[in-house]
Amino acid sequence: MKIMNCPLNGPRNISEFTCFGPVHDAFDAQSISDSGWSHYLFYHENKAGIIREWWRHTPSNYFFIAERHTVTDEIVATYSPSELPRTESKS
Amino acid sequence: MPLTLLKYGLKRDHVPHREIPATPDLKRNYDVVIVGGGGHGLAAAHYLSKYHGISKVAVLEKGYLAGGNTARNTTTIRSNYITNQSIRFYKEAVSLYENMSHELNFNVMFSQRGQLTLAHSEATLRSFHLRAEMGKHHGTRISVVDPAQVKEICPHLNMDEGGQHEVVGGLWHEDGGTARHDAVAWGYAAQAARRGVEIHQRTEVLGFDKVGDRVSSIRTSRGTVSVGHVIQAAGGANQHVAKMAGIDMPIRSFPLQAMVTQPLKPFLDTLVSSANLHTYLVQSSRGEIVIGGGSDPYQLISTRSTLDIKEQLAHGALQLFPFLHNVKLLRQWAGITDMTPDYTPIMGASPLRNYWLDCGWGTWGFKATPVAGKYMADTIANERVADILLPFSLDRFEKLALINEMGATAASH
Repeated sequence: MKIMNCPLNGPRNISEFTCFGPVHDAFDAQSISDSGWSHYLFYHENKAGIIREWWRHTPSNYFFIAERHTVTDEIVATYSPSELPRTESKS
Repeated sequence: MPLTLLKYGLKRDHVPHREIPATPDLKRNYDVVIVGGGGHGLAAAHYLSKYHGISKVAVLEKGYLAGGNTARNTTTIRSNYITNQSIRFYKEAVSLYENMSHELNFNVMFSQRGQLTLAHSEATLRSFHLRAEMGKHHGTRISVVDPAQVKEICPHLNMDEGGQHEVVGGLWHEDGGTARHDAVAWGYAAQAARRGVEIHQRTEVLGFDKVGDRVSSIRTSRGTVSVGHVIQAAGGANQHVAKMAGIDMPIRSFPLQAMVTQPLKPFLDTLVSSANLHTYLVQSSRGEIVIGGGSDPYQLISTRSTLDIKEQLAHGALQLFPFLHNVKLLRQWAGITDMTPDYTPIMGASPLRNYWLDCGWGTWGFKATPVAGKYMADTIANERVADILLPFSLDRFEKLALINEMGATAASH
C-alpha cells in the first residue's frame, strides 16, 4: 500500500488518511464579491503538477499539509499547517 | 456470406470497406471544430451533418478515436436522477438509445434490461422514494421495490438477512440498460464521415487564437485552422483545454477504476448497483462481469490503477454475489473523470461567443452521448443555447443555482 508520512505519526498506510482538497487563499467576508465567493466555493486548483492539499490522519484527527504531484502521485512533502505561508487560509 | 468471404479472400487487390476514413490533411478553415473525438463529439458531428446540413466539420482527437472515457466507462444508461432538469434531459437520452441502432444503421447492442439499485438502510430507502416519485412525474419507469421483489428481479443476490449489508429494498428502474460503447462511437463516426465530417486522429490542440471575444483559429500539432464555432468535448482533458481558451472551470480530475472478470454463462440480466458498497455490476454480452464503483479518493491526472480500489470493488462484488469468489479477473483499467461540484455536467455557452462547452461529464457521461450531441448541434445551428441545456450553464456556479445529483450519481461519493 502507498505510504504517507504524517508529520505527527510518521509513515502510515494511505488508507488511514483523508484528503480535504487543495489549500485555498483566505477570503475577507466583508469585501468578497458574489463571484469571488463562488470561486472560493467551487473553483479549485487542478493543474498537472505539484499541488498543496489539506490531509487528515483519520485515527488521530490530525490535519496537515501535503504537497503532491497530480500526475505521478508522488508525495513531495508533508508538514504542519503552522508552516503554511501567511496569505493562505488555515480553516 | 461464406462465399463472399472466399471470393474476397482469394482476390489479391481487394480493398476492404472502411467505415471511418484515414485521417486527411487539415483544411485551412472549418465551420465547426469539435475538440475531442469521443462519443459526445462524434454524436454532435453526426447531428450537425445529418439534421442541420453543417458538414464542414473537423473532429480533433489527440489520441485515437473514442479511446478516452468513451472506451473506459461501464456503459450504464439510465434516467433515475432526482432533479427535474436532469430527469428531463436523461429521459431523452434513454429514448434516443432505444432507437440508436436504426438511427445509425449500426448495431450498438442496446439492451434495456433494467437497473436495480439496492438500499441497505431506511435512509437510503427514503431517498429512493423521492427519486421514484420524481421519475414517475416525468413518465419514466421507476418504482421502489421490497426485499421479496428484489429477490424476484435478481434471484442470485445475497440478501444478507440480519447481516451488516442487509438488503431492505431497492429502486427498480426498468428503463435502464446498457450498450456497446465502441459501437456507439463508431456508429456516430461512420455516419458523420459519410456526410463529409473529417475525423482527425492523433491531432492535438495546442492553443486558441482569439479576436475580441471570439476564437478565430486553433493551433494544432498538425497545423493551424480558422474556425466558425468550437465545441469542447474533451472528457478528462476538459479543464486543460478550457485553460488554453482562457476559461476557468470548476472541475477537478479524479481517476475512476473498473475491472472485468473472465466470461461466465449468462446469469445476471439486470444492472445491479449498491451505493453503500460503492459497487455496481453488469454482465456484458460476452459474459464478463463488469465491476465498477466510486472514483479514487483524491484528485489525480493519471490513469494509473491501484490494488486498494480493486480490493474494494472485489469486496463489494463478493458481498452481493458471494459465489463469484473463484472467478478470475481478466482486465482492469482507469479513466480520468472531470468532476463538477454538483455532479452535473456543464453544457452551453462560455465567456467566448463562438466557443461552446460540453464538459464536466465526470462519471456519468456515456448515457448522455446522443442527447448531448443532439442539443450541442442544435445550439451551434441556431447560435443559441437549446432550452433543455440552459440549466446546465457554466454560470450556474456564480448564481449558486446548482443541480445537486450527488446522491443519484452513486458512482462517486
